[in-house]
Amino acid sequence: MSKKVHPYIPNMVPEVKQKMLDEIGVHSIKELYSCIPEKLRFKGTMNIPKALNELELRRHIEGLLNKNVSTNEYLNFLGAGCWQHFIPAVCDEVNQRAEFLTAYAGEPYEDHGRFQALFEYQSLMAELVDMEVVNVPTFDWAQAAATSIRMASRITKRTKVLLANTVSPERKKIITNYGTPQLTFEDVDFNLNTGLMDLTDLERKLSNDVAAIYFENPSYLGFIESQGQEISNLAKKYGAIMVVGVDPISLGILAQPSQYGADIVCGDLQPLGMHMNFSGGQAGFIATHNDPTFINEYPSRLFGIIPTVQEGEYGFGDIAYDRTSFADRENGKESVGTQTALWGITAGVYLSLMGPNGMYELGQAIMQNSQYAVMQLNKIKNIRGSRITSPFFKEFMIDFNDTGLTVEEVNKQLLEHKIFGGKDLSKEFPQYGQSALYCVTEVHTKEDIDKLVSVLSKVVTK
Amino acid sequence: MLKIQRHSVNIDFHQAKWNEPIIFELHQPGEVGVEVPQACQEVVDVVGDGISVLPQNIKRANKPNLPEIGQARVLRHYVRLSQETLGSDFNVEIGQGTCTMKYIPKINELLIRNAKLMELHPLQDVSTVQGMLEIIHNMDLAMREISGMDAFSFQPSGGTQALFAMASIVRKYFEVKGEADQRNEIITTIFSHPSQAATAVVKGYKIITLHPDENGFPDIEKLKEVVSERTAGFVVANPEDTGIYNSKIEEFTKIVHDAGGICYYDQANANGLLGITRAKEAGFDMCFFNLHKTFAAPHMCGGPATGALGVTEELKPYLPGPIVEKNGDQYVLNDQLEHSIGKVRAFHGVAQTILRSYAWIRALGQDGLKAVAEIAVLNNNYLYSKVSKIRGASVPYVQGQRLEQVRYSWEQLEKETGVTTEDVQRRMTDFGLHYWTSHHPYIVPQPFTLEPTESYSKADLDEYIHALEQISMEAYENPEVVKNAPQNSTIHQLIEADYLDDPAKWCTSWRVYQEKVKNEAEITS
Repeated sequence: MSKKVHPYIPNMVPEVKQKMLDEIGVHSIKELYSCIPEKLRFKGTMNIPKALNELELRRHIEGLLNKNVSTNEYLNFLGAGCWQHFIPAVCDEVNQRAEFLTAYAGEPYEDHGRFQALFEYQSLMAELVDMEVVNVPTFDWAQAAATSIRMASRITKRTKVLLANTVSPERKKIITNYGTPQLTFEDVDFNLNTGLMDLTDLERKLSNDVAAIYFENPSYLGFIESQGQEISNLAKKYGAIMVVGVDPISLGILAQPSQYGADIVCGDLQPLGMHMNFSGGQAGFIATHNDPTFINEYPSRLFGIIPTVQEGEYGFGDIAYDRTSFADRENGKESVGTQTALWGITAGVYLSLMGPNGMYELGQAIMQNSQYAVMQLNKIKNIRGSRITSPFFKEFMIDFNDTGLTVEEVNKQLLEHKIFGGKDLSKEFPQYGQSALYCVTEVHTKEDIDKLVSVLSKVVTK
Repeated sequence: MLKIQRHSVNIDFHQAKWNEPIIFELHQPGEVGVEVPQACQEVVDVVGDGISVLPQNIKRANKPNLPEIGQARVLRHYVRLSQETLGSDFNVEIGQGTCTMKYIPKINELLIRNAKLMELHPLQDVSTVQGMLEIIHNMDLAMREISGMDAFSFQPSGGTQALFAMASIVRKYFEVKGEADQRNEIITTIFSHPSQAATAVVKGYKIITLHPDENGFPDIEKLKEVVSERTAGFVVANPEDTGIYNSKIEEFTKIVHDAGGICYYDQANANGLLGITRAKEAGFDMCFFNLHKTFAAPHMCGGPATGALGVTEELKPYLPGPIVEKNGDQYVLNDQLEHSIGKVRAFHGVAQTILRSYAWIRALGQDGLKAVAEIAVLNNNYLYSKVSKIRGASVPYVQGQRLEQVRYSWEQLEKETGVTTEDVQRRMTDFGLHYWTSHHPYIVPQPFTLEPTESYSKADLDEYIHALEQISMEAYENPEVVKNAPQNSTIHQLIEADYLDDPAKWCTSWRVYQEKVKNEAEITS
């Protein structure tokens, strides 16, 4: 062992170590490892560089991070499941508090604040999605969707799942891996021009074996699915559960899925106060009505409000804990563990700050900015600002097919102009040829959008 | 000046109690929490209100019923709630055994709050994220050294998700071999995290659970009995939750390998083993490390986190993609993994946690990492020696042979005083200390699991021990103090009754609570 006492390891002090060894009644730490057979001892040296002090560490890490170019430096139009939004400073202040940052699995007593903050998150989110039950968040949107689908399968005792063919392909990978081998998945066609689900195809594929139909709104491709009620009617006709994935930041202005018949709503919390962090800001939510049949199928923790022996005190605890794998291992519902609780608290802070009007104004600003972008892009020769004709929210697909350039080529040139162009969809949605998914939010100014348009005009008319 | 007489330990603790309303009760119509960015006038002149383009049926009819609260009050509310939360920065958090609650270096928190991480989009051109990819790659190399595995994925964002990814790899592996239908069982042990069994069930496996023998080791004879051509995998921790190191682990993995199964190692907590012994030598095909445990990333009230998943060369093609690789002097994302299970989590996982743990490893170096393990084991054995002498406490199974943690029992205390481990748990909060019982089921009666890690000094350990001694004494002399605890916590004892398990009474959100309160009021009037 190194002789130098490390600041993170106080008991490296030799005298203290000796006192402790004396108490234990051994001569050396080596003796404490006598249970590990010689054969299993690691005899080599780990090829890990020698320790850096705090100053050296800071130089090293900052040196590495300086090789990155952030969206603060370049203009960013990437979305596709991780989005650049305005983040109120109070969100960061709260989630950086050491109390929340370093808490974990405390009891409702010493962690009363954590329980309350998460109960409030559930309650605020319940208002946003207009449901009564929201879970302590899971890993991300895809996990939330995958679990929602498994909940639907357990409730209906059926195993066939229909997925809108416009669901994010990356999310689909996660959903199908999570669902197999017990579930089978089938895609439902969509109209290339409107993006809307092909209801004839849906009805053809629906049957009394279908557990769930899952679609996203706004969709991965940005358009808004306006046939929610029709899809719900068809689902109900066959006894299937309708699961809708939603970008929660749209819900200040877009109809909440429960309005058009969603039984389970899920999505990602990242837009609600989380920095993108190279995808470290994702967190998944699941919401349902206050129906025990549904509640009993959640794998997640659900915090509820309860009284204490002291009049006037709020207390909190786990609702229907026995359904979880914490309580019943393999007989619990799926599994629960460390997921994304701090992002739940942060989303709660965000919604408290925004209030009803803030969510409305924000939704409106996103609609306005993104529509402005498409209108200006449409002015560029050979580009279609939005390949899909339906109204959209925040994201839209630019069609580059008539430019003779690939999206890859376009993006390469945009990068030279310090612009991150939209996500290349040519592999995920080859039916659209050379098209890219662009994201415009409240953070984009008119100048940002005009710059994109002006650079793109030059790029495609070269 | 007279000497001010002080206690050396914190017996006069009282937690913050702000009696904060529920956030909805702070609603004051008209107040504004934050000014939202608006589209500029020129944009509005071109596109109008932006909302009229929407058909009526996709517009929200009524604004969400969120509260309106000024910014300062929102902040004060949450800061007060944070003060009513006992983070590990505030207490000697050795009571959450199995979870490796160690010091979270402040420098790492400073390092992650860098726009060149926070404001990175995961789909940026790789040329613009070379620094982050280098960090991930370096982390991969370090993890390989620590485990002996050949490749790592940092996509799983928690131990449970890593276990799920491993169960997915097991399934995929046997699909490729054409044995997926035949091999439908996974073997685990009872002294393991519930997610080991629970995630394997999600992947369609039947679970076989090994119970301990009289010494507390997983029963090797039983393993021999249950392995067969149906065995797909064996998942185990070592040490298990008891802290007992299973010295026959290599025999276990051999038995499973001989039957054609895959062995995967739950190293969520590997704190006593860094530089001492590795997954590879013990015969494992896969392992995972929780970066928020052994590798000093914070627990964040329960995530986001990372379960770093390592595999042997043979299983590398099965990893979730993409993985980071070095190609010449460039870092690239490799998504061409032949048998990949696909993905388990969006994009690349939790970059902040990867960076924190990388920084922690670099702050310790190879000597420091080994010192972590050795001092964690020293601390644990010191604690073991002291706690096992406390009246009413005992340590079931074989004596000694504990590495980084111990599962203790208050069986005798409960028999002699009626005080249960849950009573002790509540009483510990009166001393400003966290204490966890154990996962269910309670195989060890009246259990508690302590893991002191390397972070705590002897004085810290003595403080914790003193609190346990005090409670034991109270249990024998004045058990009501313990049974009625807490007295110095933010709240008093919960009335759980049916409020959490009866659908007619449970309140999953504020709107449900209000509705039920209203209904009750109507009934009683």
